[in-house]
Amino acid sequence: MSEVASTPEPPEQPQGDAATLASSVAAKQRAGGVIVPVLTAVIAFLIGGLVVLATGHNPLAAYHDIFNGAGLNWIFHPTTDVANTAAYNLSQTLLQTTSLILCGLAVAFAFRCGMFNIGGQGQYFIGLYVANWLGWSFAGMSPLPHVLIAVVCATAAGAAWAGIAGVLKATTGAHEVITTIMLNWIAIWVGEWLFGDGGPLQNSANKTVPISNDIAAGARLPVFWGQQQLQGLHVGFFVAIAALVVFYLILNRTTLGYEVRAVGFNPDAAAYGGISVRKNLIRAMAISGAFAGLAGALDMLGYLYHFGQSDIPVSQVGFLGIAVALLGRNTAVGVGIASLLFGALLFGTTHGLSAGSSSIDPSLAGNLTYIIQGLVVLFVGADVLVLSVWNARKKVRRRGGGSAAARAEAPA
Amino acid sequence: MTEEPVLEMRGIRKEFPGVVANDDVSFDVRKGEVHALLGENGAGKSTLMTILYGLYKADAGEILLHGKPVVFGSARDAINAGIGMVHQHFMLIPVMTVAENIVLGMEPRDKIFLDERAAESRVAALSEQFGLAVDPSALVSTITVGQEQRVEILKALFRGADILILDEPTAVLTPQEAGELFGIVRSLKADGKSIIFISHKLNEVLEIADRITVLRRGKKVETVPREGATEESLARAMVGREVLLRVEKTPAQVGDVLLSVKDLHVVDERGIPKVRGLSLDVHAGEIVGVAGVDGNGQTELIEAITGLRRIESGTIEVAGKAHGARSPREMLDAGVGHIPEDRQRRGLVLEFSIGENVSLHDYSKEPDSKWGWLYPKRMLERAGRLIKEFDVRGGGPETRAGALSGGNQQKVVVAREVDRDPKVLIAAQPTRGLDVGAIEFLHRRLVGERDEGRAILLISLELDEIFSLSDRILVMYEGEIVGEHTGEVSEQEIGLEMVGAGKKDTEETAA
Repeated sequence: MSEVASTPEPPEQPQGDAATLASSVAAKQRAGGVIVPVLTAVIAFLIGGLVVLATGHNPLAAYHDIFNGAGLNWIFHPTTDVANTAAYNLSQTLLQTTSLILCGLAVAFAFRCGMFNIGGQGQYFIGLYVANWLGWSFAGMSPLPHVLIAVVCATAAGAAWAGIAGVLKATTGAHEVITTIMLNWIAIWVGEWLFGDGGPLQNSANKTVPISNDIAAGARLPVFWGQQQLQGLHVGFFVAIAALVVFYLILNRTTLGYEVRAVGFNPDAAAYGGISVRKNLIRAMAISGAFAGLAGALDMLGYLYHFGQSDIPVSQVGFLGIAVALLGRNTAVGVGIASLLFGALLFGTTHGLSAGSSSIDPSLAGNLTYIIQGLVVLFVGADVLVLSVWNARKKVRRRGGGSAAARAEAPA
Repeated sequence: MTEEPVLEMRGIRKEFPGVVANDDVSFDVRKGEVHALLGENGAGKSTLMTILYGLYKADAGEILLHGKPVVFGSARDAINAGIGMVHQHFMLIPVMTVAENIVLGMEPRDKIFLDERAAESRVAALSEQFGLAVDPSALVSTITVGQEQRVEILKALFRGADILILDEPTAVLTPQEAGELFGIVRSLKADGKSIIFISHKLNEVLEIADRITVLRRGKKVETVPREGATEESLARAMVGREVLLRVEKTPAQVGDVLLSVKDLHVVDERGIPKVRGLSLDVHAGEIVGVAGVDGNGQTELIEAITGLRRIESGTIEVAGKAHGARSPREMLDAGVGHIPEDRQRRGLVLEFSIGENVSLHDYSKEPDSKWGWLYPKRMLERAGRLIKEFDVRGGGPETRAGALSGGNQQKVVVAREVDRDPKVLIAAQPTRGLDVGAIEFLHRRLVGERDEGRAILLISLELDEIFSLSDRILVMYEGEIVGEHTGEVSEQEIGLEMVGAGKKDTEETAA
């Protein structure tokens, strides 16, 4: 037997094609390693720099100011005193990072089950509405149960909202990209109604403003860095960090995560293994929505305290979560790092810069984040493309060989 | 047939990082000759041919065409020199017609537009000349796999190929289609074309080839004329040792009925009845082989027994206990093991490690997990044990299943199924696409499992496999069992029943 068995495995022709979304991305990731996402970010920043250059400013100076504006220079002279500009800026960057982590996980979890959750924004809104409602509804309740009730219910609401898309996919096959986008719009218009004139969540004291009540003092999350009045960093930050750990543990150390990954990579094999594919589609979507709903709750109870009609179109954190998950390769560590990057960009290009910085065109401040976000999404999509072309060129496999031949034949 | 080679490859060497895929390989083809390139998966056949076709550059060696050295920088160079290649996976555009696909890139034009009529008539002439029957105006999406292959061959001939490389051409064909392909190859040969026939199947090589070159581990073992070559001698050259082509087994020690299917009705996705009132029994300690042409309800039968497909009516009993076969989980727990016909689509999660794959059925039970908490170490330990027991090569417990070769992937599947100690084992196409060494191993293992007292239901499209393994042979035709044989029976007899010719008799005797 030993003789046969030592027949050359190589040139290994690993059998099988990447069939599903999750498995094809996994295949590309193997080929690219950690270099590709890092390269993706670098190229996005380079092109962002060209945009800055086109507006007649020095990109290096702009990025330097963004770096400082995000408070990242804090690492060179750490202090806990938020009167220090760097410390204050960093606390604000981490505030953004908190909800970005959770919205990134909302995309990443569904992705690991083979689904693309575009509905993070809607799920975030639903969580936020529920947290707002419960936050001022039970004024006078003792703080800990009040916060817990609000957070748990908001999280559950986010889960239910995303679960709708999961149920539709499992029962009718409706594509989750379409349904989650539509659910986003429903969530937006529900918000318009809730906070609008005469809406159920509209300010009860002042009937003329389309803004909600402020949540009760007892429902506010404790601030551990900075002051509550100055939008300090609340304990929700640690909840987000814990969520990264939970995400990792669920996926890699539980039977639930095993099922999610099996369905994501190969639903046929999962079904053959005795796993219910439908149940997992619904459940994975709901867990995704729970992450986004939690993000909404933490933002509401952590620093927003109230919400209004005009805030709805401004909020982008759910969409940024897509870029975070893509850049972070749908892993816990990746999402954490990408969230910090986008949090820094988000704060660094807006408030951090506004203090009379001349290194960037005023019209570009803030928007640079979205330019870089767009480039990241573009490149993450493109690196899959670039890598497959590169691989086909480099090593002609059975199938690859064919397509290379087809390409060679085609132009005539 | 002239003795002068039209094409010669001399001392070809090709290295990949860490592997020598071709080592000093020389090879030639004469005019009007079928030259088979034989070897196990990974022996270097495809590498050699991709070098000839200009897709790879050889590290050393030369190619001579009509005695003159040539260098092919791309497939286009090779095509221009009269070399055509039909890949294992076809590259046709489904929404275009047969004729459009064939003329693609060198279309006859009516000023600027494609001259559809000219294209079709030229294709029709070509297909008549070589006896390759296809309808030039049919959409590729509507034709069969066998016809697609003919289109690929016509495409090569249309580009003026004199030397045709066929890469594992029968791998995707039914036995009937394979027979037709051999007819086409013979007529091409009679027309003076040279054919390089890549294969790892001994019987077809002996049937079609004039000369046979055997590759092993990237090196040429020998080039022999067909006369005098036998399956045994070729297998020995391929594998490098004596191979038992016949499965050695003792008569079955038959026990109780472990799998009993009665009056089963199953429909496919489109609601078409695929299994129609089928009944069968499999006893402990016997292998029951189900022969049949692909598409006669075998897939639906397997899926019904394993709970992957809803049954319309009928009963399925495992070890005397009736099951509704409502879910794969129910049948797994009832003691049904299943080696699926498509190991990559269904049998394995290719992105999972071997360890994770070995636990695909039992991840939710102890010792793999407890209260929903997974113990990956225990999965890996089990995988390590099975890797040893089943001689899985090419990786450890943490290796991705997709990185293994086909034979080793199948060993992982079989190891997982057998390790659950099933009462009933469904083996669907267990050796499809595997090489001689792996087939030998898996056949011996299946017989071993039979001797352990399992009831084995073998479904295969390869009659050879059915004959060499089965203690009892059932023939399936249009969703029914139309024949049952325990003693001596000829392939012709089974073959007739497979196409429905035996059906009348059974019905008459039954009536």
